[in-house]
Amino acid sequence: MSERSLIASASQTIGPFYAFALTTNTALGVMAQSGAIGERIELVVHVVDGESQSVADAMVELWQADASGKYQHPEDMQARNPDPAFSGFGRLGTNAEGEAAFTTVKPGRVAGPDGGLQAPHINVIVFARGVLLHLYTRIYFAGDPANKLDSVLAQVPEERRSTLLAYPDRKRRELWRFEIRLCGEGETVFFDW
Amino acid sequence: MHSYKRTLPGTQPNRRHDAYRSTLLRNPRQPLIQIPQTLSELTGPLCGDNPIGESDNDLTCHFAEEPLGQRIHLSGRVLDEDGRPVRNTLVEIWQANAAGRYNHPVDQHPAPLDPNFIGSGRAMTDDEGEYRFVTIRPGSYPWGNHYNAWRPAHIHFSLFGPSLLTRLITQMYFPGDPLFDFDPIMQSIPDEDARRRLISRFDLETTVPERALGFKWDIVLRGSGATPFEDAGK
Ligand SMILES: [Fe+3]
Repeated sequence: MSERSLIASASQTIGPFYAFALTTNTALGVMAQSGAIGERIELVVHVVDGESQSVADAMVELWQADASGKYQHPEDMQARNPDPAFSGFGRLGTNAEGEAAFTTVKPGRVAGPDGGLQAPHINVIVFARGVLLHLYTRIYFAGDPANKLDSVLAQVPEERRSTLLAYPDRKRRELWRFEIRLCGEGETVFFDW
Repeated sequence: MHSYKRTLPGTQPNRRHDAYRSTLLRNPRQPLIQIPQTLSELTGPLCGDNPIGESDNDLTCHFAEEPLGQRIHLSGRVLDEDGRPVRNTLVEIWQANAAGRYNHPVDQHPAPLDPNFIGSGRAMTDDEGEYRFVTIRPGSYPWGNHYNAWRPAHIHFSLFGPSLLTRLITQMYFPGDPLFDFDPIMQSIPDEDARRRLISRFDLETTVPERALGFKWDIVLRGSGATPFEDAGK
């Protein structure tokens, strides 16, 4: 480990007034263009606070691999090109109902820490007024058999794992919902590195 | 593969900070779960192909008339914890106008809007990690956190860096602001030096005669633990 010569700048809250600068481009909610490879999904992320009130001024960022499990990033050394019809990055502000609706594809499996493969997941960052340091979580897909073998999920106490699952709508199977509970009963699992 | 160093204790804000009331219902009570750094965290959005317009970093030139307020040239470098420049990374800023009012429908502060000022800008860092903005100095504004609560003047900054773990949203302050000691958002950072590092400095060098004051502010993103040797071998 090399010593650091500088120290990372402190984080501060995004505050309530970021929208005119950061989320004017609603195209950032559409990560999969019409030709994107893989299982197309609509993903609705709902953010609630410790009193189960919808958080209408949060910003949600998503980062994920394409359907083949390739990240659009130089650190991903897999010898294939990422799907050109897919952008791995999504960013939206929540609406009055505390929701942000993304169009994406179900990600493929990517390398895990143990040499195996991780279960399909989407990396999430949450920013909001009252959140001084952004929160990281992950979205996994309920019912995916790979979840049982995922080494990250395995580190989460079993009774809290369901907080990391998105669930499909009963009628429209391509519609998935994920709830981010910032605080209190049923609180979402957040990660740190 | 490299990994990122943990941030030093006290140099980042406490998530739950009683004096900043909104933190209480919007932050986890359970401890965060530490997991290994995987490809998912060592990659991240680069936004490098994000087309930046030529005047995106000049917040004063989008209307026929210039905005009100003290014109400033704000620049600095984006570095990692080993002092290396972070090149070609997107820097986004937003701020209140000179009267302390945001161009946002939810901002109810009865200070005037400025028809010649939107208050958002974007820039990419160059090969030295340097960014540059032209803007005006924002005003302080009141907020509802407690009786007679005023934010020190600040500009909001958003940066990506090379991975998910270098993502940073923060605020830059101006030197000598009398409101620092009364601001729970700034005071949520326990370490005094870490607070001081969010304050820009006046810079005569970049001050433009007859035109604009210069301010400098460097930003440091979380660094990777790769040794120079590993780095060279890559
Ligand atoms: Fe602000």
